[in-house]
Amino acid sequence: MVTRFLWQGMTRNLRLFVLLVLAVGILVPLSNLLLPADSAFRMPSWAVQLVGKYLCYASLALAVDLVWGFCGILTLGHAAFFALGGYCMGMYLMRQIGTRGVYGNPVLPDFMVFLNYKELPWFWHGFDSFWFAAPMIVLVPSVLALALGWFAFRSRVTGVYLSIITQAMTFALLLAFFRNDMGLGGNNGMTDFKDILGYSVQSDTTRAVLCFVSALALAIFLVISAAIVGSRFGKALTAVRDAESRMRFLGYRVERYKLFVFVLSAAMAGVAGALYVPQVGIINPSEFSPGNSIEAVLWVAVGGRGTLIGPVIGAFIVNFGKTWLTGALPEVWLFALGALFIVVTLLLPKGVVGLWNQFVNRSRERRARAAA
Amino acid sequence: MTAPGITHVRSTSALLYLSGVSVSFDGFRALNNLSLLIEPGEMRAIIGPNGAGKTTMMDVITGKTRPDSGEVVFDGAADLTKLDEANIATLGIGRKFQKPTVFENHTVRDNLLLALAGMRSWYRLLTAVPSKAENDRLEEILSIIRMGPQQHMLGARLSHGQKQWLEIGMLLAQNPKLMLVDEPVAGMTDVETETTAQVLREVNKSHSVVVVEHDMSFVRALGVKVTVLHEGSTLAEGSLDQVSADPRVVEVYLGR
Amino acid sequence: MLLHRPLSVLLSVLASLALAGTALAADLTALVGNLTSGGLSERAAAITALAASGEERAVPILEALAAGQLYTRNSDKLAVIGKVDGNRLALSEAISGKSAGSAVDADLERVRVNNRLRGVIEAAVGSLTLMSPNPRIRAEAADSLFTRRDATALAALDEALAAEKDPRIKRSMSEARAAIVLGSDAPASQKLAAIALVRDRADRDSLGILMTVAAASDGEVKTAAATAAASIEQSLAAWQMAQNIWYGISLGSVLLLAAIGLAITFGTMGVINMAHGEMVMLGAYTTFVVQDVIRTSAPHLFDVSLVIALPLAFVVSGAIGILIERTIIRFLYGRPLDTLLATWGLSLVLQQAVRSIFGSSNREVGAPSWMSGAFQLGQLNITYGRLWIVVFALIVFASLILLLRKTPLGLYMRAVTQNRPMAAAVGIRTPRVDALTFGLGSGIAGLAGVALSQIDNVSPNLGQGYIIDSFMVVVFGGVGNLFGTLIGALTLGVVNKFLEPYAGAVLGKILVLVFIIMFIQRRPRGLFALKGRSVE
Repeated sequence: MVTRFLWQGMTRNLRLFVLLVLAVGILVPLSNLLLPADSAFRMPSWAVQLVGKYLCYASLALAVDLVWGFCGILTLGHAAFFALGGYCMGMYLMRQIGTRGVYGNPVLPDFMVFLNYKELPWFWHGFDSFWFAAPMIVLVPSVLALALGWFAFRSRVTGVYLSIITQAMTFALLLAFFRNDMGLGGNNGMTDFKDILGYSVQSDTTRAVLCFVSALALAIFLVISAAIVGSRFGKALTAVRDAESRMRFLGYRVERYKLFVFVLSAAMAGVAGALYVPQVGIINPSEFSPGNSIEAVLWVAVGGRGTLIGPVIGAFIVNFGKTWLTGALPEVWLFALGALFIVVTLLLPKGVVGLWNQFVNRSRERRARAAA
Repeated sequence: MTAPGITHVRSTSALLYLSGVSVSFDGFRALNNLSLLIEPGEMRAIIGPNGAGKTTMMDVITGKTRPDSGEVVFDGAADLTKLDEANIATLGIGRKFQKPTVFENHTVRDNLLLALAGMRSWYRLLTAVPSKAENDRLEEILSIIRMGPQQHMLGARLSHGQKQWLEIGMLLAQNPKLMLVDEPVAGMTDVETETTAQVLREVNKSHSVVVVEHDMSFVRALGVKVTVLHEGSTLAEGSLDQVSADPRVVEVYLGR
Repeated sequence: MLLHRPLSVLLSVLASLALAGTALAADLTALVGNLTSGGLSERAAAITALAASGEERAVPILEALAAGQLYTRNSDKLAVIGKVDGNRLALSEAISGKSAGSAVDADLERVRVNNRLRGVIEAAVGSLTLMSPNPRIRAEAADSLFTRRDATALAALDEALAAEKDPRIKRSMSEARAAIVLGSDAPASQKLAAIALVRDRADRDSLGILMTVAAASDGEVKTAAATAAASIEQSLAAWQMAQNIWYGISLGSVLLLAAIGLAITFGTMGVINMAHGEMVMLGAYTTFVVQDVIRTSAPHLFDVSLVIALPLAFVVSGAIGILIERTIIRFLYGRPLDTLLATWGLSLVLQQAVRSIFGSSNREVGAPSWMSGAFQLGQLNITYGRLWIVVFALIVFASLILLLRKTPLGLYMRAVTQNRPMAAAVGIRTPRVDALTFGLGSGIAGLAGVALSQIDNVSPNLGQGYIIDSFMVVVFGGVGNLFGTLIGALTLGVVNKFLEPYAGAVLGKILVLVFIIMFIQRRPRGLFALKGRSVE
């Protein structure tokens, strides 16, 4: 039953793509670990870290695409779910530091000692255990998405209104997490992590494993998304995107369809954020900034909304460009990013994947015509 | 499923019962104390000039618009003013819109599959595969609307007439007790109009139908009881010949 | 009658002397001469005489004496006032106030004072100012006495009270007298009268006095003082609320300015312009450029710099708005989500462009003199800058309403909003109207930028801070309804300012955001929603 469900959306192209993702997640870290330092094929440690980061971004993009590309909900707040997952992981990592912090307090993280906390705030309890933190990574973003979506979809807030609400949500969280009284590190956030599940976050092996796990998570998300999109539920979902009120007149409880994908997508974003934090070594409130969410939407738009491969490709293209440009020509980066938004919406509404499909279809037609 | 607003005491034998329904938008009275009775198995044609309140009446029946006052009861037991669109649709009221709205990114077959009565639960749809009975029914409808060859075509690629047919097919797939059909022959040729009238008469054997239409020859071809709406309330009711002899109706249509 | 009181004689003599300036100066010179020569006791007499002269110019001399800044110059025995300026003392002639060069300590002899003498000086200054012919100085003196409650000034105060004609100053003086009485051991009946006087003053100082009295005395006086203090507290709370409302209106007018352009582009055209904040920013930078040019080439025009900047900002932002509409937005009509993304990209480009040209640090935009300072309205403290912004916001709002209702452009805009195909059919060039509408919305954002340059940092990020707030205001007020935007802006401003004291600025803002998120769920179309089928 479950395997049939998971297999139902796997087209040939998608199977190949999932294999490609897994291959990247295995070969990149392995080349770093196994090949000698002078080998031309060895990925340097920073590159492994970078690929791991991109893989997390790709998962976030896929999550955004699931609600935007397939259900028509333009979320401008998905970075908030990503950041919440990241904070849950950050809290776990903070508790792992133990007495190795600057103040050496066995219970309180450094920033709490610094801010004169006497005891651990209630919501920190349990985060010393990974097996508590792991479900929280999924639960916290999901519950927020459930609460927001429940009210918004039931009162039929749609289109730009929903976009504005989600943006206001992430903005409110940004302001809240900046506060020292939140007990989550204020504007400095959390950093100086030592180890995860007993392994040092700095070591090449841990980094390699994290990179692989990020690829694995992305592959799983791709399979789940494909299963959903390929099911009759998926048909209903895209029908909701295209003609919501028509679906209501056919007797569908539209808000439940939306709510399910919205919550699932928030959970995916949360996991991506949790994998992201140990790889970059820091989590702070700037992850909530509205610009981050909109950038994630851009990855989807660049790759191709409403396709499963598109967001992954978009996330890699845009972030590779960002890494390269902010290093080489930092002045130009924002111009390029801004121009990308405009060019994609005006000229490439179906993204890179759409362009590729168009090219493939055209050449196929030409071949068919030549044959006939 | 028992939704709020459904009682189990039948208060009327009529399939659809509207009494004293009023709706106003920013001071404009779209419906003014409108009353209407549709018996089970009946087919009724609703005519009236632009702005008479035909579409608003449909909106009220299907739960899109809440009336300011008045009763709307379906099947003698369900208070439609308290239910939303999805509830009303699952109770058995289907609607075809004036402007054909099919799902453009879905194939003809998927459009019909989505409309097919029964499966509406989101979690069961995640794993559901069309059953043999469902597939048979789809084939049947495809042959009624004569779109078997186009069944894998995307909705967006259909012609206007094909979309109208597909909409009627979707209504059939929904298998409602009451069909609300808004201007089904707009933009159709005479031959298509005649065929549509035949199909509707056929459909009427197993479903109650309310047709809103401007086209008088089509209404004549249906040969059913006619209700004339004007300024949000019923002006006249009876056979087409009766109502067209009514001086008030003549005045409304021809002006003073 | 004329000889009734020797002082009045002296006063009338002095008044006639005032007509002959030289004679008076000579008189003052003699009095000051007595001040600087002789021993401490002669000095006390000289001070009293100076006070009796009623000469206004004696005040700075006496104040300098009390502060130990009065000197005689060794070379010419001239009385000078010396203020420390680096290693030396900057001198000015005591009587004329004219600059007299500078000197070191050794060239001068300080006119000595002791504590007893300081008391005498204070009383002298008090009576001099209380009797000054200038009503403003008298009022200030009375107010300062009220806060100092200097018992030694009582006699001078009584005298001044008797002579005072201006009822308001007279009132201040009797309040000061009451305050002094309350601090003395006067009989209870006098104190009760004094409490009544002080209570009616109803400000923070009088509250302080009454609370001290209530704590220090007993019996009837204690209860009277306590009751009076309570009533003042009540009235102060009311003033505090009024002050909060004013702050709220002030914030609301800022929100209104930022949102009103958006209300046009979003409300009437349905275009989500995420670069709206950058239009505001461009307006602020236009102001900066205008002031920069004025500073270097025409400094005397500084006071009108904002007036010059207004039309320029409107034109700059409006022209860029039209450019954006023609090159980007018109291809995206009917695709609101894509418009949102494209204009966000545009906002990034505009920010970076401004950053490349002007740098990323804050730019200094000055306030003209008529916008600086503050005034007191009852217990309300109102700064001119804020007042002008409120007035300006309302003027912009009113002009916009007039423009929409009374001009052909307004008519076309409303026609296109309500029924585009019909408007096109009757010959309105809808693309041109679209461009002008968008230009108008952007131009108004530019005007907002001129005003906001006065209260916010002019940096490339200026606009970002306003975009979410502006959307909240427009959505809260009801899309497509300008009066809704007005009410929405003012409501949110006031709510924000009332939350701040309890929740803090940041938490207050978060609460407002959460409130709006919930509000949109309840009423997705805002406070003043347009109803009807056309909305769908």
